[in-house]
Amino acid sequence: MKENSQLAGQQSIESAELSDFRRGIIDWIKHNTPADPGFLLPQTFMEVGSEQVLDFLREWQHKVWSAGYLGMAWPKQYGGGGMPRLFQQIADEEMKRARVPICFNVIGLGWAGPLIIDTGTDFEKEAYLKGILSAEDIWCQGFSEPNHGSDLGSIQTRAERDGDEYVINGSKIWTTLGNYAKYMILLARTDAQAERRYNGLSFFLAPMGANGISTSPIQKLTGEYGFTETFFTDARIPASCIMGEEGHGWRIAMHTLQYERGAEAGAAGGVSILSIVMNDLLKMAQEVERDGQPLLQDPITRDNLVKFLIEEQALYLGERRVGIPALCRDYPNSLALSGKLRGTEFFRRMRQYALTLQGTPGALYVGDDQAVDGGFWQRAYLNNFSTTIGGGTSQVQANIVGEHVLGLPKD
Amino acid sequence: MIKRTANLEISFSDEQAMILDSAKDFCRDKSDITTVRSLLKSETGYKNDVWAEMIALGWTGLALPEQYGGSGMGVGATIPLVESMGRHLLCTPFITSTIASQAILRGGTEDQKSRWLPSIVEGAIAAMAMLDNEDWGATEIRCTLTPKDGGFVLEGKKLQVNDAAKADLFLVLASSNGAPTLVLVEATALPQGAISNNTLVDETKRASNVDFSGVTVKADAILAKGFEALHDVRLIGALLTATEATGTAAAALDTLVGYLTTRKQFGRLIGSYQALKHPTVDILLQMDSARTLIYHAATLINDASLNKDTEIACRMAKAQATDALLFAGDRSVQFHGGMGFTYDCDAMLYIRRAQWAQHQYGDAQHHRKLLAPLLLD
Repeated sequence: MKENSQLAGQQSIESAELSDFRRGIIDWIKHNTPADPGFLLPQTFMEVGSEQVLDFLREWQHKVWSAGYLGMAWPKQYGGGGMPRLFQQIADEEMKRARVPICFNVIGLGWAGPLIIDTGTDFEKEAYLKGILSAEDIWCQGFSEPNHGSDLGSIQTRAERDGDEYVINGSKIWTTLGNYAKYMILLARTDAQAERRYNGLSFFLAPMGANGISTSPIQKLTGEYGFTETFFTDARIPASCIMGEEGHGWRIAMHTLQYERGAEAGAAGGVSILSIVMNDLLKMAQEVERDGQPLLQDPITRDNLVKFLIEEQALYLGERRVGIPALCRDYPNSLALSGKLRGTEFFRRMRQYALTLQGTPGALYVGDDQAVDGGFWQRAYLNNFSTTIGGGTSQVQANIVGEHVLGLPKD
Repeated sequence: MIKRTANLEISFSDEQAMILDSAKDFCRDKSDITTVRSLLKSETGYKNDVWAEMIALGWTGLALPEQYGGSGMGVGATIPLVESMGRHLLCTPFITSTIASQAILRGGTEDQKSRWLPSIVEGAIAAMAMLDNEDWGATEIRCTLTPKDGGFVLEGKKLQVNDAAKADLFLVLASSNGAPTLVLVEATALPQGAISNNTLVDETKRASNVDFSGVTVKADAILAKGFEALHDVRLIGALLTATEATGTAAAALDTLVGYLTTRKQFGRLIGSYQALKHPTVDILLQMDSARTLIYHAATLINDASLNKDTEIACRMAKAQATDALLFAGDRSVQFHGGMGFTYDCDAMLYIRRAQWAQHQYGDAQHHRKLLAPLLLD
């Protein structure tokens, strides 16, 4: 009994500390969120398409970090806050809620940074971590290649050891922030003879400024930019850029993906994608009218909205069910492995439906002053394909779930 | 303006985890597919010794307070049991009796509770007689209760009363002066020929039409708070059906996966074809969503009158689970190919269960319609 009451006391102190913290960041957000810059801001980190947007976001991320609300759980000596993760989660929740601009240096914050903290040398930690947080050093990722997006085992880009250097030849595609990045986490083939094609890969922290690396911007479905194709022509990088051992690249890349998918803690935090939830759709259904009535009163619309709400509720509750092992013993890993498929497809359909609800203004796009919410939903729907395609298409995800959870044969 | 904050509570106690483990073992042992098939043409649809064992294990008292001989764990504790029953198509009057006992618990006087609940714990079968038309959303109740000779008389026929032929007690939904009322009627009070069995699409289940016309009851047979209990009972009925359906959707999935991983066509295991693989993954996702929602509802539900969040949870669970099972049953038949068109294929059991389950305590559209004002207004 005594122990229990002590514990209860501790928890209430802790929660008082947390709610103080929460109040603090809410207040900070109120006083520090930048005014509308007058140009289109990205909904995700994948659409930083101009210097103007880049400068704005760089300044914003620097400000969030300087205030102590980014990298809160990273080691203090490398620019982090050295605090429990819970604080970062609260900060993220509040930034998400307030719809502040995104923290755009995502490959650094969510992939490279956690990896360096987990497995990097002291030198690497010293060299890279602080610049990731402050947004001074922008990072990009070089995994996918033209012609085999989702199949990383087929990577063709070569890295050949030559003395103290590796010589890189080949090309990468879908390089987010490729034209602005200082570093790339690069997966390249160091051994073309390896028996299993995954064994011949190595993982590098490559400087994008090296001679022989060039980028070419890709215009996206939305008409905006944000990705590049990246070319390597006899590009020489120091041999010390390799992470881990030669031939271990695949394992390291898979480990890195765990941070991205949230399966492993370590990401620096910050909001990288504007959150659009059912309440936003309901608000629109309330505002849009048909025959003088809010669409929200239309029985068919209501039934469709309720279907989405059931799906959303199951999605969020499912994320919590993952934490209850006794409710995950049947079909092990089912919820964890299907999370991306489930979530990204839900949001795709939900955003698509938003455009249907708009009626004829749904045919308008960003730039037309009569577009609903300035074309916010049109852009959001088209952008959503980056999540149902990137990081393994939904169809590849379905294969993974079918094969690894249900034990269905590979094709 | 809409300001909706979803309730995202989900938890699972160690007791529930233990119940789930033992229920899984029990249902698997007692209800293999050969046993299920052997009972399809039987009179009651279950084995007396299995039902007796469930009673001896204390399952019939799990949800009821200790003062009536139960273990006081509430309806939430029955969810892992019912899910496992659905997974193995193990049919007994358990679900029927659990729903009816909750009606008595929530709507009965102290006398009514002490009179009936302990005997239900000991295995007496109580059945809800709710429907008298084709619509779970109907406000009209055709069965009436009118005063007669210092007591009351019932008039009207009830449809698809589950496990009626074996029931010891009925809770009859009747209109008394226009107000919905729940009336306790002992099976012994029924006239000869009052029960006529239905032929159900799901051959594992048993239900009958029951004509209560002319049955007289005393005032103490009317549930004191029947009207209030009715709201809860409809939702608990929906939740338990959803739970059983979720288990059955998983069974359909298991059977289907078994076929996809053994059947070869064109020189390949057919499960390797994405046209079959991806919809099968959809079954898993739909079933998992249903499972999440039933355990969310199980987390919220307690002996108190069901609040708005719990109502939302139960209705979402029913809408999701019956749709998931409809999909699982349908695809399971289709993906078995020619075999799926035969009575010998077990997919037959699941597609029939799906058609039955959607019409217990309201189909998906019914619940979405009632969710709309709760979520949108």
